[in-house]
Amino acid sequence: MTGAAMIEVRDLTVTFGPRGKPTPAVEGVSFQVGAGEAFGLVGESGSGKTTVLRALAGLIPAWRGRIAIAGQDRNTRNVNGLARTLQMVFQDPYGSLHPRHTVDWALMEPLAIHGFDGTARRVARALSDVGLGPAFRFRYPHQLSGGQRQRVAIARALILEPRILLLDEPTSALDVSVQAEILNLLSDLKRARGLTYVLVSHDLAVVAHVCERLAVVTEGRIVEEMTAAQLRAGEARHPYTRQLLESRRGYSRPATASAGTGAD
Amino acid sequence: MTGAAAWLLSDSPGSRGQARLGGLYRRWRLFAGNRLAMAGLAIVVALVLVAALAPVLAPYSPTAQDLGQRLLPPGPAHWLGTDELGRDILSRIVHGSRITLYIVSLVAVIVAPLGLLVGTVAGYYGGWIDAALMRVTDVFLAFPKLILALALVAALGPGLENVIVAIAVTAWPPYARVARAETITVRGADFIAAARMLGASRMRVVATHIAPLCASSVVVRLTLDMAGIILTAAGLGFLGLGAQPPLAEWGAMVAAGRQFLVDQWWVATVPGIAIFAVSLGFNLVGDGLRDALDPKADRGTAPRGGA
Amino acid sequence: MTGRSMTGRSMTPVPPARPPVAPLLAVEDLHVRFPGPGGAVEAVRGVSFTLKREKLGIVGESGSGKSTLGRAILRLVPPPGEVRAKRLELLGTELSDLSEEEMREFRGRHVSMILQDPGFSLNPVMTVGAQIAEAWQTHTGHSWKKSRRRVLAMLQAVRIRDPERVFDAYAHELSGGMSQRAMIAMMLITEPDLLIADEPTSALDVTVQTQVLAILDELVSRRGMGLIFISHDLGLVASFCDRVLVMYGGRIIESCPAAELDNATHPYTRGLLAAQPTLERAGGRLPVMERDPAWLAEADTGPGR
Repeated sequence: MTGAAMIEVRDLTVTFGPRGKPTPAVEGVSFQVGAGEAFGLVGESGSGKTTVLRALAGLIPAWRGRIAIAGQDRNTRNVNGLARTLQMVFQDPYGSLHPRHTVDWALMEPLAIHGFDGTARRVARALSDVGLGPAFRFRYPHQLSGGQRQRVAIARALILEPRILLLDEPTSALDVSVQAEILNLLSDLKRARGLTYVLVSHDLAVVAHVCERLAVVTEGRIVEEMTAAQLRAGEARHPYTRQLLESRRGYSRPATASAGTGAD
Repeated sequence: MTGAAAWLLSDSPGSRGQARLGGLYRRWRLFAGNRLAMAGLAIVVALVLVAALAPVLAPYSPTAQDLGQRLLPPGPAHWLGTDELGRDILSRIVHGSRITLYIVSLVAVIVAPLGLLVGTVAGYYGGWIDAALMRVTDVFLAFPKLILALALVAALGPGLENVIVAIAVTAWPPYARVARAETITVRGADFIAAARMLGASRMRVVATHIAPLCASSVVVRLTLDMAGIILTAAGLGFLGLGAQPPLAEWGAMVAAGRQFLVDQWWVATVPGIAIFAVSLGFNLVGDGLRDALDPKADRGTAPRGGA
Repeated sequence: MTGRSMTGRSMTPVPPARPPVAPLLAVEDLHVRFPGPGGAVEAVRGVSFTLKREKLGIVGESGSGKSTLGRAILRLVPPPGEVRAKRLELLGTELSDLSEEEMREFRGRHVSMILQDPGFSLNPVMTVGAQIAEAWQTHTGHSWKKSRRRVLAMLQAVRIRDPERVFDAYAHELSGGMSQRAMIAMMLITEPDLLIADEPTSALDVTVQTQVLAILDELVSRRGMGLIFISHDLGLVASFCDRVLVMYGGRIIESCPAAELDNATHPYTRGLLAAQPTLERAGGRLPVMERDPAWLAEADTGPGR
């Protein structure tokens, strides 16, 4: 880990469901992320990885445990106070931009709320930083492709110059070639601005590509934490992690199926 | 495509104004493609023009009585005949359009913002605020509209302004319901979460993110309700609680003509046709708006290809 | 990985149970156009291929026309889309000649389609069992009791552990993997000769995905069904299918045996393969594809082999 802890999560527990029989979505999750580090949470749908991220973002009203961001304890109320420290990029580029707001509006609004000066200049720079020209400034979301929308979402997340970016499956809705462009953009931005990332994904390769360290989440718990180098070296120990690794190799005919049917 | 249309439909507008006009123009093209909606719009525009030019268009004064000329059938001197006091019905219809327009526009201006405000706030804030606002709404919804309006006018006293107040008070709850339902569907959207994380206050989220999305269904509902508003006003006028004589209000004219329906059918029928035509016009416009303002219509032109 | 897929198909492209026949499906110069206000959009532009009783993968990015192609074969392109083809022959029958009525009959008996999201494909107000039984009854006219037995057997065949419970359940009471398997059971109960699966596993978790693929695999090798497997996942298609068609801009730009996908020659396919992050390569920049407009103009490579 590099530098002091930018994010510290200890014993995070989130429960959903009716008051009578609450079902835990996340149970006793703890991890730390250093300043300038990229940390990945890998797991399948329903594992609780996104819930952890949303708790960090302040988008979940009730949780137990401790979350500290940049040394400051997050309680369940101070969503606004952290706007200039931490921002988030959502999974679905079609749902994260307001359908009736132009790109210009989406980028101007946070600047107006926080009283920034030189707004027009900042908006133009934010767009060029994510690889979009000035021609995109006054477009509506329906005039953008999925990849362009995700670039706008990244520009919006970065316009308040936060130090932490939470990334919720930022490329899973995109085509492979567009994913490559967005992943490159994210690594460039991280290097240029010394950002801290928390990336949630179901794709081990994406996480290993972006992050230095990662945790494997299943059934609301972290079962294994390791560096990306360890993962690449095949040092994963937990059976669940090995299963995820196995599935990456594509389809392999199960022994039982061929034996049972007598095919071939 | 002409230069202006190309400029409006540009996929990379050069300014905020061009983007906004382009969005409006796209919707207008959708609306204009619907023939029935355009027919409805023609009726509504005609109503506005007639109301604006009433003194020029009306051949006689709407209140000038001529007892020697009472209950004349439609003819060259009086195109639509005369009523029981010898007043020219055409002139009264033309002047009555002003009253109709006055009622529907004032009711719209009161009802739409009120319903939108109550509905979006209730839907977004949830909890006890939602419960309180919605119970108030339910109380209003529990009474039949016309009866409630009747009671209100009876309490306030007859007169045009009181009719408008009574209709507005009874008409807003459905708008609050529509806005609340719409708010609840967008409340959990990622763009709302993003706005909150960027530091937008709850009131700001409601005003600039949620209200614009609910406004279109409220506007559509309003145009579809215009017919109902006209009919309620006419109904109150018919009962003698609306505009007072000698004001030429269409509902009151139907009421007055009812006693001559068998022998002098035109006295009641002509204002009835006017009410029907204007109601139909607003309804057709509402149908057209519903299609043109549908947010899903925005998605038709998404460009394809990579980032 | 290559070793396995070799043993999987090299010896018996046509299963011994059936005599070797003409191609199951032959498509020649298929076009699909969608007329629009700004001129027609051609989603599929002259596609030709043949399918034997094998697993054929069709890969491409969104907008490549792969899903439209799958629907066009079943004549399920929604209006105002227009389908045109020199030849669209399934089991020796030219599909373009069939009336709408005959096509429906033919579809039910010989072809089925599995879509990506099981939640939308199952009827929410009918029990799963009743839906599957209905599909079976309309084609065979069997009694309800006989159908029930048959459906339970089918549910078992797609590895649903307690078929009785699933039979009486509604779609919303099942997990994603479970409803996708129920969907497959419904599509397969008529024993189709051809199954078109459009991203059948991309909404599923990896463990369930493996099971669903194993079921499809078994059906092809055991019953001699033909399978068209539409997917955006190159790695999955390479490991699962026998042959792969790569689509770009409504055309097939490359066709090769699945095991040799790694040696693909077209710059687009190479670009797609390279753009995928891998565990083997550490960090760094991913190669970004430069799309050559000439790819769209290239002549179709013709029936793949």
